[in-house]
Amino acid sequence: MKIIETEELKKTFTVHIKAGRFRRKRTTVAAVDGVSLSIQRGEMVGYLGPNGAGKSTTLKMLTGVLQPSGGLVSVCGLTPVAQRIKLARRIGVVFGQRSTLWWDLPLRDSFELLRHVYRVPPAEHAARLRTCRDLLDLDSFADTPVRQLSLGQRMRGELTTALLHGPEILFLDEPTIGLDIVSKQAVRGFLAELGERGDTTIVLTTHDLADIERLCRRIIVIDHGRVVHDGSIDALHARYGSRRRVIVDLDAPLETPIDVPGVELESSTGTRLVFAVDGSASVGPLVSQLTASGTLRDLTIAEPEIEDVIARLYQQAAVRSLG
Amino acid sequence: MGDTLRIYAKLIAAQGRSQASYRFSFWLDLGSNVIIVGADLLAVLVIFSRVPVLAGFSVTETVLLFGLSLNAFSLADLFVGNIERIRFYVRFGTLDTVLIRPLGVLPQLLALDVGFRRIGRIIYSLAVLTVALVLADIDWTPWRVVLLIATPLFGAMFFCAFFIATSTVAFWWIESGELANALTYGGRDFTSYPITVYGNWFRRIFAFGLGFAFVAYYPGLALLGRADPLGGPMWLGLVSPVVALAAGGVAAAFWRFGVRHYRSTGS
Ligand SMILES: Nc1ncnc2c1ncn2[C@@H]1O[C@H](COP(=O)(O)OP(=O)(O)O)[C@@H](O)[C@H]1O
Ligand SMILES: [Mg+2]
Repeated sequence: MKIIETEELKKTFTVHIKAGRFRRKRTTVAAVDGVSLSIQRGEMVGYLGPNGAGKSTTLKMLTGVLQPSGGLVSVCGLTPVAQRIKLARRIGVVFGQRSTLWWDLPLRDSFELLRHVYRVPPAEHAARLRTCRDLLDLDSFADTPVRQLSLGQRMRGELTTALLHGPEILFLDEPTIGLDIVSKQAVRGFLAELGERGDTTIVLTTHDLADIERLCRRIIVIDHGRVVHDGSIDALHARYGSRRRVIVDLDAPLETPIDVPGVELESSTGTRLVFAVDGSASVGPLVSQLTASGTLRDLTIAEPEIEDVIARLYQQAAVRSLG
Repeated sequence: MGDTLRIYAKLIAAQGRSQASYRFSFWLDLGSNVIIVGADLLAVLVIFSRVPVLAGFSVTETVLLFGLSLNAFSLADLFVGNIERIRFYVRFGTLDTVLIRPLGVLPQLLALDVGFRRIGRIIYSLAVLTVALVLADIDWTPWRVVLLIATPLFGAMFFCAFFIATSTVAFWWIESGELANALTYGGRDFTSYPITVYGNWFRRIFAFGLGFAFVAYYPGLALLGRADPLGGPMWLGLVSPVVALAAGGVAAAFWRFGVRHYRSTGS
């Protein structure tokens, strides 16, 4: 069942840029330039793209913050801006760069206030809060005014407040930005668990690829306001010909060079060889030839790096937009 | 409805607790507010130390108009005086965090920014009005009592509308700066004196064009039982509610139009 659907969604901003000393010229920037998406209930989707790609702007249109300039959008069967208040009850939003907590009050007060704002029955609220408290380890700082919390602690608070009303969809805009490793892992672990339970649809923007690898089976990559990939990480690797690497340590240099279709010797420094294996090829023949040589000491297989494939994706998108 | 009011009561209480966490600055503001507002009344009294009558009005009559205007303004200021801060919400894109909550935008902003520090002004303005009523020679009737109570309330409504309408400028003109404040405080100063003191075109714009004559001047004349030196009919003293409601309607339209123009910031 579709829970989010957009068709040719667009957002343009009019901006004034300096032209000469006093004159300013009006131009329009297409922040989101025709995005069509369809997300099923219970999915966990990573929305990925370089800075300025239009991730946050898309999220703002999905959450009813910004009026689209064109196209269609439906979230939980509602039109976000027109039915903002209805939608707000059914979604949770976390902005990594903006706090929605009561700055001068203890975290606990924010939780309590939002129980009233969202009219959550006390028992339900308490149950959800208990889960978050355990998983996110909130108790040690729940009584501290928000302004005195570390970024990591605050983000755990933000996550909790976004979930206390039991939203159908959780939107997260760069939830791990600026966090230390421990907090990042706490947030990721929590989201992974939430995603696995499957009753909350999660849409997460980030440019931290580790978030995506850990959490999302499906990724949507945008660049310059357009979708450049929508599918699994594996599909992305297949599409951009990502290659696994086989790193081999030998006792002595090889006498005859290895010749296996789909395998290329990438580098060789003395007794260490690195082979690149095409996505479609198997490492089997390579391993058997190496074993036959009788000098094989050690062998590791490295999966393709998501960084590499994303970098290649952006390059291709840039080339395409030039051409 | 009652439920919604309870939510806002909680939000306002939270705001009070937030401000109380800066206890010293709270009392300092409260105190300095009381001192600041005294200066305006002093200005009126200084004028009357030079002239016995100002544009047809005696000192007691003028202080009564001043007191009516001040009460209306202080009440409005308490609830919506901080709305001009919307310009920061627009500039920094923090309105995003208000828009994701299942409540109206304007009431949320008002609840976030109730000016408890201005409570001192209400007490002060009530005191001024009380003294003015004692000194003024009013022929009390039940209707005049109703008029006395209604005037600051509808005046406050008018000022609220004016505060909100001028603040919406920030939605389409991010660099509007203190413009909204200048307009609103200008309006307050205008209503503090009998409108007969102002030049012709200026009076026409502010008193009738924008409606400021109906905050204190015309209801004040009706309280005093005086005819309008400008020759206006008696019933002008009773139309303040209509003017206030109309202003409210205009402000609401401005506000809705403004929020639709909100564009957040890149993030
Ligand atoms: N309120 C705004 N006014 C003008 N330009 C904006 C505004 N918001 C975003 N943009 C522009 O739109 C583009 C996309 O921004 P954004 O969605 O924030 O990107 P990101 O993918 O980094 O979240 C950027 O070029 C940004 O400068
Ligand atoms: Mg962003």
